[in-house]
Amino acid sequence: MVQITTNAVRDLAQLSALALDDDELAALTDDIEHILTYINKLDELDTSEVPSSYQVGGLQNQYRDDVVQPHTVTTEQLLNLAPERSATTIKVPKVL
Amino acid sequence: MADQIASIVQNVANGSKTARQYVLERIERARSSESYNALLSLTEERALERADMIDTKIVDGEAAGRLAGVPFVVKDNFLAYGAPTTAASKLLENFDAPLQATAVERLEAEGAICIGKANLDAFAHGGSTENSAYGVTKNAHDQTRVAGGSSGGSAVVTALDVVSFALGTDTGGSIRQPAAFNGVYGIKPTYGAVSRYGVVAMASSTDTIGCFASSPRDVETVMQVMAGRDERDMTTIDAVYSNKPRPVKKIGVIKQTMTDDVAPSIRAAVEAQCDAWRQAGCQVDMVDLPMLEYSLAMYYIIVPAEISSNLARYDGIRYGRRAEQAATLAELYGRTRDQGFVTENKRRIMIGSYVLSSGFFDAYYSQAQRARTMLIREFEALFAEYDMLISPTTPTTAFAIGENTDDPVKMYLSDIMTVPASLAGIPALNVPIGHDDAGLPIGLQLIGRYGDDMTLLSQARGMMEATR
Repeated sequence: MVQITTNAVRDLAQLSALALDDDELAALTDDIEHILTYINKLDELDTSEVPSSYQVGGLQNQYRDDVVQPHTVTTEQLLNLAPERSATTIKVPKVL
Repeated sequence: MADQIASIVQNVANGSKTARQYVLERIERARSSESYNALLSLTEERALERADMIDTKIVDGEAAGRLAGVPFVVKDNFLAYGAPTTAASKLLENFDAPLQATAVERLEAEGAICIGKANLDAFAHGGSTENSAYGVTKNAHDQTRVAGGSSGGSAVVTALDVVSFALGTDTGGSIRQPAAFNGVYGIKPTYGAVSRYGVVAMASSTDTIGCFASSPRDVETVMQVMAGRDERDMTTIDAVYSNKPRPVKKIGVIKQTMTDDVAPSIRAAVEAQCDAWRQAGCQVDMVDLPMLEYSLAMYYIIVPAEISSNLARYDGIRYGRRAEQAATLAELYGRTRDQGFVTENKRRIMIGSYVLSSGFFDAYYSQAQRARTMLIREFEALFAEYDMLISPTTPTTAFAIGENTDDPVKMYLSDIMTVPASLAGIPALNVPIGHDDAGLPIGLQLIGRYGDDMTLLSQARGMMEATR
């Protein structure tokens, strides 16, 4: 069984930009230990001579002409999707 | 059930029933099926406008398209007009898409009419539709059981005959498994066959778009309209749905999917089908796919890794629900994501962050991508000898609601038979082949070579005709 500390899971949550409370953190620690134990099964395989398959189907780089396409979506529509906006910008809390 | 799409198109074309009548009838059926919680929204107003437009074209003698007047439902992770695209999450609760998915656009261009949006596991993470932020979808045959997932709602509305077809997404079994649990046809096409533009991304190296229907012919009609290259999704390939089906003489049954762990009723149904093929002159052999045992472990490394990257975009800035009263940007991200995601989303994002983090990357992610090559090679070796492979679609029939929710690994195991074809990018189709003693549907999975989608549909059609 893989063991993982609550602190390590807290770091993982921070890396993942998830603000979890302590109960959630404890439950997820348990789940993550179980899942990691299961996926460790792959250690049994000798893959030293095998290349990686990052994609399937064998497509190579796909090119197209760099021309502006008429788009149906307007700036106004996109700004309207933002939770908070002012005139032509999206509002966010102070960064610095 | 017979082919439905052709008869709807014919009736609308000859005026014996209008597109408006079809839309009203199907919306009525959707309303009377509310207890299944299969739909998150109806797009009635827009559907009726489109129906009237099609009816006008017909009256005026104009071409109205290959699917003119056919109502359908989309899984609610397709951007489509008429109702928010929620991905069954709180995060996208009020997200009104400013554009439509290519798949939806192509169907609409042929006159099909979207009448509603189906429930799913939030962001398509799950195998039972129990992870929806809007409640569980119930099985079409037994309301105490799960619909399967993640495209549970789409499978249920097809099985209940609310619509003749519904769209889904399949990343590791999310169309095939709910199709099996509800007794309908469901296809995961060859990777790249249908554009994913405008569909909420989950795992980019295995995400596919497919559909549910009540007959192989209806599946084929829908896939032919949706498939083909799209400049907005550069992973798309030439239309594999115009390929000729391959003659099937040798069929391999994947040995690892017929063990004692699989329900006896399911094994018996698969064996009965094998006998039918033998009587029809096919050679049917047990074949070995040893890497199947490792597929789920690969899947639960590769897919969470891709999920953690793809879901990084949900930060509460440009769209979606934003957490209130966050003082700093970091707090806004963290709280927005904590409130907007369900537990399974968080699990997968965190597993993804873990396997991609420095120090673990090679042991997990690289190892899984190399193991994936070993699996693909095993498939290639089998397809050098066999025209088609088969397995049960699921190890059990639909399980009870709540039965697997406490143990994520147990839940993941319900995908063990569907995950290998996803990792290899090859097509696979669920075919309903009867019921167990409790009356729950059993599904057979047909698996084909890369680009052999039409072979699977042709075989399924043969099976359907043989039982008539």
